[in-house]
Amino acid sequence: MTVNFDHKQSAHCESGVVSNLLRFHGMDFDEPMVFGIGSGLFFTYLPFVRVNGIPGVAYRIWPGQIFKRFSDRIGIKIERQKFSNPAKAMDELDRMLDKGQPVGMLTSVFFLDYLPAAYRFHFNAHNIIVFGKENGRYLVSDPVMEHTTDISYEDLARARFAKGMPEPSGRMYYPLRVPGEFSVEKALWTGIKQTSDHMTRIPMPLVGTKGMKYLAGRMRKWPERIGDRKAILWLGNLIRMQEEIGTGGAGFRFIYAAFLDQAGHKLNNPKLIDLSKQLTKNGDKLRDFAYYAGRVCKNRKSDTKTFAELGDILEECSQQEQAIFSELYEVSRSK
Amino acid sequence: MKQEQVPQDQENLNEGKLAKLYYATDDKGNYVKVNSIGWEPETVAMQQAWDVVNDEVETARKKVIDGEASPLLYWIKKNIMTTGMVAAYASTFGFLVRLHCKPFFFNRLSKKQLEKYAYTFRISVEELTDIERLKKNDR
Repeated sequence: MTVNFDHKQSAHCESGVVSNLLRFHGMDFDEPMVFGIGSGLFFTYLPFVRVNGIPGVAYRIWPGQIFKRFSDRIGIKIERQKFSNPAKAMDELDRMLDKGQPVGMLTSVFFLDYLPAAYRFHFNAHNIIVFGKENGRYLVSDPVMEHTTDISYEDLARARFAKGMPEPSGRMYYPLRVPGEFSVEKALWTGIKQTSDHMTRIPMPLVGTKGMKYLAGRMRKWPERIGDRKAILWLGNLIRMQEEIGTGGAGFRFIYAAFLDQAGHKLNNPKLIDLSKQLTKNGDKLRDFAYYAGRVCKNRKSDTKTFAELGDILEECSQQEQAIFSELYEVSRSK
Repeated sequence: MKQEQVPQDQENLNEGKLAKLYYATDDKGNYVKVNSIGWEPETVAMQQAWDVVNDEVETARKKVIDGEASPLLYWIKKNIMTTGMVAAYASTFGFLVRLHCKPFFFNRLSKKQLEKYAYTFRISVEELTDIERLKKNDR
């Protein structure tokens, strides 16, 4: 059975899935709104979490949190399920599809064959929606794709039960009940408050704008510390974390700026619109950073000077974000 | 980022399957959604990551041909996996997978164990054990 599912492309998988799922249930939230209310923006540098020997960087909050926070703030009741074996998980999925209920789920990008081959690394926290079954193939609404696609039973089962970190374990979720009444204003302010608080006020050096500054400082010494080849690899990883699918650093700044813009109009608060413009500029600067970093990677030459310059750009970004989010905190704390 | 500035670099790894969505501003500073077919720095970074993977696959292939490693090592690298991940898929232990990367132990594997590994990489047992094919596979 297939349902009439309205798919809209989005920049980020998790907020896109939430936005698309809720549109099906009659609640119209644009992607930036979900991202903002769910406090999706963040920054952490995790030098002790190594993926293939490369330190982790995240420009966002960890997977799953956006949906959780968003539904808490709006008052949506969600059913989440986790399975011990693929057959059971697929049966349960079929049962939900028969009821006409589109289901969001966690998958591994590696097994999603509709994506370009270059994107298919083992990234296990990609969100997609399955909304129907036709001729034995599942109809998929992947928020990063322009149109809906389909996938075979075997690929989907593999993707849902991928191994490695983190294991999706067939996790799936769908809204059980959407609230009749809710206060968007309150949710907006709570979301803004949490983001600005976490970006500027956590007293730890590796998170928020402090983390960005710390990374900028460490980066300057990379060529001396780990040698040219590795320094360039680490820099390349930084760009990938900043711009690739499912992650996206400058991209997140733009989504958040779009959110502040929308929120400013909704709450009639010119201050938010002004801050949105400032954050846009900061996103541009992060893109400049990725551009110069990309050139260093392409030439495969690194000297301390270029890394110092890149560090300077990143530090400037951190200072600006510190200013923007401090102001945002001042605006939102009394609400 | 202005609407017109959204990059549309022809040289990309998207195979025409994907045009990512960006949030950009129009003339009045309002946000609009724009598709982008690719951006060079991102392509460079992604290509670099794949170069590392391909290098490792090639090294593994040479080792297998020289008899220093079993084909298992090649398939692990080919699928961008780690021994730990393979162990989880084949429901065995990481140290055993590392052991089976040596030809001496690989050649003594039971049919059942080989099937488990073949299932992990989604190939047949014949493909898994076929070293001749790797020799021809000169990239």
